[in-house]
Amino acid sequence: MEQLITALTIFALATFIGYFVITKVPPTLHTPLMSGTNAISGIVVVGALVVAGAGESGLSQGIAIAAVILAAINVFGGFLVTDRMLQMFRREGPGA
Amino acid sequence: MSDQDVINVINLCYLVAAILFIWGMAQLRRPSTARVGNRVAAVGMLIAVVATLFDREIVSYEWIIGGIVVGGIVGAFLARKVQMTEMPEMVAVFNGFGGAASALLAGGELKRLYDTGGAIDSDVGVTIALGTTIGALTLTGSAVAAGKLHGTLSSNPILLPARNVLSALVAVATLALGALLIWATQDGGFSETSTLLLFAGLVVAALLLGILVSIPIGGADMPVLVALFNSYSGLAGAAAGFAIGNDVLIIAGALVGASGLILTSIMTKAMNRSVSNVMFGGFGQSGADVTSDGEARPYRTMTAEDVATMLAYAQSVVFVTGYGLAVAQAQHDLKALADILSKNGTEVRFGIHPVAGRMPGHMNVLLAEADVPYDQQLDLDDANRQLENTEIAMVIGANDVVNPQAHSNPSSPIYGMPIIDVDKAQSVVVMKRSMASGFSGIDNDLFYLDQTSMLFGDAKKSLKELVSEEDELIKKG
Repeated sequence: MEQLITALTIFALATFIGYFVITKVPPTLHTPLMSGTNAISGIVVVGALVVAGAGESGLSQGIAIAAVILAAINVFGGFLVTDRMLQMFRREGPGA
Repeated sequence: MSDQDVINVINLCYLVAAILFIWGMAQLRRPSTARVGNRVAAVGMLIAVVATLFDREIVSYEWIIGGIVVGGIVGAFLARKVQMTEMPEMVAVFNGFGGAASALLAGGELKRLYDTGGAIDSDVGVTIALGTTIGALTLTGSAVAAGKLHGTLSSNPILLPARNVLSALVAVATLALGALLIWATQDGGFSETSTLLLFAGLVVAALLLGILVSIPIGGADMPVLVALFNSYSGLAGAAAGFAIGNDVLIIAGALVGASGLILTSIMTKAMNRSVSNVMFGGFGQSGADVTSDGEARPYRTMTAEDVATMLAYAQSVVFVTGYGLAVAQAQHDLKALADILSKNGTEVRFGIHPVAGRMPGHMNVLLAEADVPYDQQLDLDDANRQLENTEIAMVIGANDVVNPQAHSNPSSPIYGMPIIDVDKAQSVVVMKRSMASGFSGIDNDLFYLDQTSMLFGDAKKSLKELVSEEDELIKKG
């Protein structure tokens, strides 16, 4: 129970921080924001790594490795496509 | 180092990763720092993953390294190959993968808890059920959204008979199976096999629910759905974080969840809708006659030559672009026209409505790809301020987002929707194929205003004509 309350505290505070950080993102960058958050949601890879690497049973390992693959797609695909988009955003001016 | 030391170091690394995620996202508040911000977040991810590999619970590395390599190659391939017009599908697919990964993680954790023979806390049971449900419905819902966006599925609402009853039944079944699963994890009376079967049943029900909630939603509403599933993919990750007791998952999930919810609310406001209206209302189905009284109203047309002459003498021009521009693949021709006008001393800006593309910010990416500088791209409020002192507003491939009915006609379905007030400009040129109305089927009062002229034709062709006319005019001086 104590653990749950700590976790809920963290969740609530992170939601607040998220709210204040995200509301400052201008509409111009909302697509890179979404693909960037895709990458960040790939963080479940760290949970999946532990379950998959623990090797308790074939079933839990198999399920977790599928999770590792999907999360890794999000991490690599998300960060790379966001970078690809953001490099296209240029300021006005000579040579730009 | 003792096991506890290792755990402490790993948790500190997770804290660093969480800080880098937040810091990186904070850098997205300006286009000039955004690219660095994205890389900062990526470094956070690298730290988290590398630290995890030192977890002493991990005994076999072949499979997990293999998994990362396979996922990495697929992800990198998708990121390089995707067209910018396909970004909404890409994000939808990633939302789905994020949800699926969380649901799988919850399932893997459930099985692992049985394997290690430990008791399952009640809150762990709850969060496993939650993560599984949200993750699974995000997977199928996103798959439907991606299919509709890509044209693989019809973008029309697919309305099953008694769909609300059906959806309600499946929703109740999902809740019941979830509750049963939680109970089963607490009660020794259930065997491992029957608990895992319950888990499988919950997955199937949630997958079905994801399909049922998304197929009735029309193509025009997809931006809302994609933003909503973006949020769910984060919440599923947070729930999985609760289940395995991992704080960085909770923090990252909360950030993504908040981001998706904010975008959902921005999009629904920009469309003058509510989330429940998007999910349950059949927009464009009502058939309410909000158009004119059947009489054909007079409007003015112009040739490309006329428009080119007008533009050549204008001090200021605002282009208001919609997805029609991207459909015609005319972004680069528009950029060429804008360049000629800029060189001629005209102040050129681009006004972009939040729903101009097929996802939040999509039109900005499409214009950025055509090398339109971001400081020429105005959002709704800035565009409206700029338009008060603008000579010519040019509407290309946009319709409902510039319809003054949103202000003037209380019986119109778009009444109250924020629009770009192009009618504030001294003159308006609307580039359009014909007088046919937009996706909502609403007649556009803008076309009949005194200061409005229509330039009919394919956007790409018309823009090419304008570019060559402009070239000649300006050469002549």
